[in-house]
Amino acid sequence: MMHIYADNAATTKMSPEAIAAMLPYFDQEYGNPSSLHSVGQRANQALQDARSRIARQLGCQPQEILFTSGGSEADNQAILSAARLGERKGKKHIISTAFEHHAVLHTLKKLEKEGFAVTLLDVHENGLVTPQQVEDAIREDTCLVSIMYANNEIGTIQPVEAIGEICRRRGVLFHTDAVQAAGHLSIDVVKQNIDLLALSAHKFHGPKGIGVLYARRGVPLINLIEGGAQERGKRGGTENIPAIMGMAAALEQACGNMDAVNTKLIPLRDRLIQGLSQIPHSILNGDAQSRLPGNVNFCFEGIEGEALLLLLDDKGVYASSGSACTSGSLDPSHVLLAIGRPHEIAHGSLRLSLSQETTQEEVDYIIEAVSDTVAYLRSISPVWRDLLEGKQNFVIQ
Amino acid sequence: MALYSEKVMDHFRHPRNVGVIEDADGVGEVGNAKCGDIMKIYLKIEDDTIVDAKFETFGCGSAIASSSMATELIRGKPVSQAMSLTNQAVVEALDGLPTHKIHCSVLAEEAIKLALKDYYQRNGIDFDPAQFPQCESCGHHCHSHG
Repeated sequence: MMHIYADNAATTKMSPEAIAAMLPYFDQEYGNPSSLHSVGQRANQALQDARSRIARQLGCQPQEILFTSGGSEADNQAILSAARLGERKGKKHIISTAFEHHAVLHTLKKLEKEGFAVTLLDVHENGLVTPQQVEDAIREDTCLVSIMYANNEIGTIQPVEAIGEICRRRGVLFHTDAVQAAGHLSIDVVKQNIDLLALSAHKFHGPKGIGVLYARRGVPLINLIEGGAQERGKRGGTENIPAIMGMAAALEQACGNMDAVNTKLIPLRDRLIQGLSQIPHSILNGDAQSRLPGNVNFCFEGIEGEALLLLLDDKGVYASSGSACTSGSLDPSHVLLAIGRPHEIAHGSLRLSLSQETTQEEVDYIIEAVSDTVAYLRSISPVWRDLLEGKQNFVIQ
Repeated sequence: MALYSEKVMDHFRHPRNVGVIEDADGVGEVGNAKCGDIMKIYLKIEDDTIVDAKFETFGCGSAIASSSMATELIRGKPVSQAMSLTNQAVVEALDGLPTHKIHCSVLAEEAIKLALKDYYQRNGIDFDPAQFPQCESCGHHCHSHG
């Protein structure tokens, strides 16, 4: 049986180079970078070296890189920092979108309870915000615009450079959750006028539990974790040196191979989209062009996503869904609802996220497996029967 | 996947009694597509006995497995016994369900009860309305019966 891991937006397999970069730091160079002795100072040297290498990939200065436990922590710290800064100036309005990651949305909810006003921009059916929407939403008291670089479920790539330009011109901080973008799309924080950016290593073949908060020099950060003088005093706790070394190696590798990988992935993605579009009453979620090279996300009318995932698992295809049943909550994906999919359609969603290892043979296998499974689940679905018999109208034509 | 018991996976992968009974004596449908699960149960009843039961389900793995198991539990049984089928009996027969999936077994119990109510109504048999679920689609709110 084939085993096809098509859930790379959830996490990726580590690259051998990233693993190799980590290994010496477990039992050879195991020093604490805060220690004064030479063992510690060698670890500190490695830490500073990794910081410089990561900064180079983002186009920023090493001192603008803060290591965190991952994307969620970086998003939390970025938003709360910008909010505190705004508060001091009497600015308590934040602009974001309805389909951000929960690390952003839940932080914004917390701020709303503290009296902040939050405007969530419409992301339209294609899953894209426009720079004009940001321009129009900025008020006198806006302290932050937080818009993700690429959406984690439907893969749509936002016009961050144009948004960054507007924010800079209007004197508003711009934060972007780049967790899905880093290592897959080019990032230049200076050119793109990004003030705060979050990324996570395990989305680009690095280790889990490590990420970066980029904060442009002059943007004061608040602490989420109090402690020692690590990370310029902005995050207590001994640095996770092995993970940081793995992340630096993975990011350099991903950025170095980016063009070649994307040149290979885009035709595979489009072949998969083309193949799944042949399933009757199916629809692609998110814009077909402005989307991550590895992301495919569909809704199939008349079926439920969890059942689809379980049967695909039996066929060796590992994917994810935005149905309520897979989230353990009562509502389906907030992302699919934000692009206007009705609840009953959003329950029948499937996300396939490819990697550089995906082959055309695998894509063809996935198309066949999904087509067969959708047809089977429809054959036992009373909803599908009602649709076929005209008792209900198809939502997806 | 370790999410479900072997029994649940067996009934999900190989559901028993899938389909439609064209000349059913009672049909019951519960759930709401908005909430992600709908179950429809068809019963053939002769001499006060469930001679056949079939189902169609739109829903997750545990919804399909619960429908399959529930129809198995009532086939060949007297109507009175089918009336007293509880969701707990379905859960036990499946070797358990995760807490947030218990509502799937509740839907199976309710679908059978509604099919029996339909049978009673079609045949002019008196029944106690209190024995049946009060809402057929449970309005516009999704319920986590667990």
